[in-house]
Amino acid sequence: MLSPYPQLVIAGFRRHSTYRQAALAGLTTNIVFGLLRAAVLLAVLAQRPVVAGYDVAAAVTFVWLGQGLLTVVLLWGDTELATRIRTGDVVIDLGRPWDLQAALLAGDLGRAGFAVLARLVPPMAFGAALFPIRWPERPATWALFAVAAMLAVVVSFGIRFLLNASAFWLLDARGVFAVWGVVGGVLSGLVIPLAWFPEWARTALAFTPAPSLFQTPIDVFLERGEPVGALAGQAFWAVLLLGVGRVVLHRGSRRLVVQGG
Amino acid sequence: MIIQTRGLGRDFVVRRTRIPAVADVGLDVERGEAVGFLGPNGAGKSTTIKMLTGVLVPTAGTARVCGLDPVRERKALARRIGVVFGQRSQLWWDLPLAESFALHGAIHRVPAARHRERLDECVELLDMAAFLSTPVRQLSLGQRMRGEVTAALLHSPELLVLDEPTIGLDLASKERLRTFLAAVNARGDVTLLLTTHDLPDVERLCRRVVVIDKGRVLVDDDLATLRRRFAGNRTLVVDLVEPAGPLHGLHGVVDVAVEAQGMRQRLEFTGSAAGLIAEAARRVEIRDVTVDEPSIEDLVRTLYAS
Repeated sequence: MLSPYPQLVIAGFRRHSTYRQAALAGLTTNIVFGLLRAAVLLAVLAQRPVVAGYDVAAAVTFVWLGQGLLTVVLLWGDTELATRIRTGDVVIDLGRPWDLQAALLAGDLGRAGFAVLARLVPPMAFGAALFPIRWPERPATWALFAVAAMLAVVVSFGIRFLLNASAFWLLDARGVFAVWGVVGGVLSGLVIPLAWFPEWARTALAFTPAPSLFQTPIDVFLERGEPVGALAGQAFWAVLLLGVGRVVLHRGSRRLVVQGG
Repeated sequence: MIIQTRGLGRDFVVRRTRIPAVADVGLDVERGEAVGFLGPNGAGKSTTIKMLTGVLVPTAGTARVCGLDPVRERKALARRIGVVFGQRSQLWWDLPLAESFALHGAIHRVPAARHRERLDECVELLDMAAFLSTPVRQLSLGQRMRGEVTAALLHSPELLVLDEPTIGLDLASKERLRTFLAAVNARGDVTLLLTTHDLPDVERLCRRVVVIDKGRVLVDDDLATLRRRFAGNRTLVVDLVEPAGPLHGLHGVVDVAVEAQGMRQRLEFTGSAAGLIAEAARRVEIRDVTVDEPSIEDLVRTLYAS
């Protein structure tokens, strides 16, 4: 038996695939919100045919791909590590002969894999049935998109890991998650395309990992801009966030107070 | 020596006040021993265990476990010890028990053949075949604890640390677990360190007892020796054929209590029971005798109070 991490990826997939009804309920919500968001963007485009390079096809693709990627990238709702720090169950995680960050990342990739099947493909199919989705013209785009989506998951994991690890200091990280819940969606290009932001805001956001989460994979899919540079940017943020996460985990576990006896 | 600590201590800072959870624990445990680690709630048992497993960083003193520095070599140590927390789970809540075992084996990089051999043995001894494919969240507490102990043993640890392993279990489940752990320890390749408030666990499994209170070792001795030193005297219960007055003045008797209108007398005594029975039999006609050992509960009550 060589490395446990591939098995942890599979376990992450299996763990999430046990909750099929929850996945179905979430999917329904995704689709309803997709319809609302599509209606809003189409109302904007009814005033002008093209806004910052987005025509109707690009806009509806942006909406449905965003809805599908939402639970793949997983912006919100991952509070597992913070909860385990708060309850003291993290003592189990730290007592295993593994790299905790790598183990959690492996589990998260498995989770994302299940989400591709259960949460990305159905909204895209639904969107394609009702709206003029713009599919990639170049075959290579599919592979680039797959890489961009995976890097988005890793960047998202890196951010979520840091948010969760704040519980080592705060014990209750709910406030941190609440702030991220408000700003995360807007800054990452999930709510409206970042191209619609004013110039100064786009420049500022370029210095953050936020666009890597949704805007970059969606841009790659829509064949907007140069993909390799975009992927390199994502990879940079992924490596940086994981690196910072390692330092934080090391520091945090040194000052750990195990809760609950 | 599998565990060796000197002056081990850990303070917690709460509102700028230093609170010593563990003040000064010196502990030597030989390979193959089974040590009961006792103390009232808040005595520092769990904190000590977390320092021994490398999860918690000590603020004073040193610890060596399996020859390793627990904090610096936490991963290497984790491969060589097993830990069971009665109040927490190391199994994957959403997955079938068998998959938790497979993952556990993978994380510990146990070769497949040895994993199967070890697992088969535990499944048989702990009677787990019926619920191996049940998700952990659907197991009863007794079933889950059998799974927890199995997971902790799959990688053949040298040291098994059990933090209140029988908490919340019914009598039959406790007994099954104790029997299993006794068998594991009896083979001599696994050292047991056990904290519990369930004294029959200790009686059944441990020859040695370490009692800590307020973060310090209060007592560290053989269970039998402790009994003699702290648990008070044995009691000879004598059932008589005919009622008699209190049997005062017998050799070594320190107290006499009369029950059932003089048909039964309880003689608290020191020294030999045989001599006392013979002496009593010369005074009255005896139908039956029993000797009550002082209970371990009495012993611990005395220790905690001292």
